[in-house]
Amino acid sequence: MALNTSHDTALFKQLLALGDQSLILGHRLSEWCGHGPILEQDIALTNISLDLIGQCRTYYAAAAELEGEGRTEDDLAYFRTEREFNNPQLVELPNGDFAQTLVRQFLFDAFHVEWLAAAQHSPNPLIAERAVKALKEVNYHVRFSSDWMLRMGDGTEESHRRAQQALDYLWPYPGELFIPTEFEAELAGEGVTPDVTKLKAPWLLRVKSVLEEATLSIPENEHVYKGGKWGMHTEHLGYVLAEMQSLARTYPDAKW
Amino acid sequence: MEIKRLEDKFQKRIDREERIEPKDWMPEAYRKTLIRQISQHAHSEVVGMLPEANWITRAPSLRRKAALLAKVQDEAGHGLYLYSACETLGIKREELIDALHTGKAKYSSIFNYPTLTWADMGAIGWLVDGAAIQNQVPLCRTSYGPYARAMIRVCKEESFHQRQGYEIMMTLARGTADQKAMAQDALNRWWWPSLMMFGPSDAESPHSAQSMAWKIKRFSNDELRQAFVDKTVPQAEFIGLTVPDPDLQWNEEKGQYDFGEIHWDEFYEVIKGNGPCNRERIAARVKAHEEGAWVREAAVAYAEKKAKKNTEKAA
Amino acid sequence: MSERDEWPLWEVFIRSKQGLNHKHVGSLHAADAEMAIENARDVYTRRSEGVSIWVVPSHLIYASDPGDKESLFEPAQDKAYRHPTFYDIPKEIGHM
Repeated sequence: MALNTSHDTALFKQLLALGDQSLILGHRLSEWCGHGPILEQDIALTNISLDLIGQCRTYYAAAAELEGEGRTEDDLAYFRTEREFNNPQLVELPNGDFAQTLVRQFLFDAFHVEWLAAAQHSPNPLIAERAVKALKEVNYHVRFSSDWMLRMGDGTEESHRRAQQALDYLWPYPGELFIPTEFEAELAGEGVTPDVTKLKAPWLLRVKSVLEEATLSIPENEHVYKGGKWGMHTEHLGYVLAEMQSLARTYPDAKW
Repeated sequence: MEIKRLEDKFQKRIDREERIEPKDWMPEAYRKTLIRQISQHAHSEVVGMLPEANWITRAPSLRRKAALLAKVQDEAGHGLYLYSACETLGIKREELIDALHTGKAKYSSIFNYPTLTWADMGAIGWLVDGAAIQNQVPLCRTSYGPYARAMIRVCKEESFHQRQGYEIMMTLARGTADQKAMAQDALNRWWWPSLMMFGPSDAESPHSAQSMAWKIKRFSNDELRQAFVDKTVPQAEFIGLTVPDPDLQWNEEKGQYDFGEIHWDEFYEVIKGNGPCNRERIAARVKAHEEGAWVREAAVAYAEKKAKKNTEKAA
Repeated sequence: MSERDEWPLWEVFIRSKQGLNHKHVGSLHAADAEMAIENARDVYTRRSEGVSIWVVPSHLIYASDPGDKESLFEPAQDKAYRHPTFYDIPKEIGHM
């Protein structure tokens, strides 16, 4: 295979971006391993992390094959730089406390589930097959993170305060999920991937409903931080990649 | 007199290889020793997550990253099965965790060593899990039912752990010169602590005799250690690595390996709390528990609010 | 450590895809039933599909006497485990 057309290039970039998104979020969640608030929840968080890393691998594999230059999933994960990663900024933000992690997770899951639900109908099997499989997992993710929004928002005074604080901090970030990049616009125009602008309304509906039940307030700040999807990241991604890629880059010719 | 009769009946049940279940009569000492052993095992699984979790974010390939994450998650699950078995003996998990955090309860000494390179992931899976398996398979027939059943579950999942570790070592040993050196270095650091995992010679081990009589423990420490050495040395040779023991030698007469003296003073120092990572391991567990308190409290508060709403609705 | 952060114990019963009945597989701590089911899925089924999960708060289980009639020290028809701690003694009474 090779990237012969504009469509191929767009599809390649999309698959790569989907992989980046799942990888960085999965990586962040994996940082909780061994440090969760109770053993059962440690297992739950790492399960989600494993799902996301698994998803990443299927996207990277498809991207690499489409590109046809012999790159592997590990070349894509370990040997690209910050400016080449197209994950949204939301997923690279630090875990913070359990509240920040779960609020970040919920805001992302609420989008992810809509994207996959639409993408499973894609005429392109590369997208559709992956979306069908991922949707089974993400239906669980969004249920898990929604439940925690309720427990934190409507739990104790402290949990409510922490959840609201996290929400206030994270609120400007999900906006970029609904702004299409060039390749997203091209593919959506062809009906191959969802039109992300159309996902904002159902996302907001679900988010508002959960926040209301959780007795949390929607932050008033309407500013949107965008850039991750275009390779303009927060300072956090540099550190994430430095750690993640360090060993692989130290011995670039090694097989593991 | 009554107690003596009950103890005799109990011992007869043990001798007949009958399983003891939670509600059966048991000597208080049996119950206490089981709580000690099962909880120590559970604590080991949970603390044991930390040295390996240390390399998840730096795993050098996506396949290794996922496999390591799954392995560590399994260990959390094993801890959970074992706490669960322990709770059937009339003790709460909170009490067990408190005992761990305050240093009253022990966990396997091996987890107080640092994981310095990626090759340590291979060494731990191969040697530490290998040693654990040696210990665990016989425990599937231990006299206390919930413990035996938990061990059966653990053993089913454990074989992937050791294979994964050995495969990492094999890949490194057959890789670049740097990778081979990394593998040999890890073997050099983990070999002796792995032998120490089986515990001192039974003559020196305070609990052994009674545990054997009650079929909580099925083989002696030395027997298990010998079996481990005999199994593992050929595995090292197969991938071209050298076991760091100049006294290691095949004994044709006995049909087993002779091996060098273990430096038990190191073991006792680590047990006492002076291993390289004792303080870090406990600090990490205490931190997770303390920082998690508000999360656990929130869940309880929410559950109570919901239950109240439901009763009000039903009324 | 306050008691307000202790999650109750639940017993987990799983019927596998091909199974005919639910089997007791162990226990876990969860704050509510939904969490107990989710955690049971995570821990005891590793998310396999087509599996049926029952969770029951441990204190709601009544268990028969063990076969041995000589066990004079156990209350009859009572809880599943031996446990002074499964009886909730009010704090005011102190250690018992």
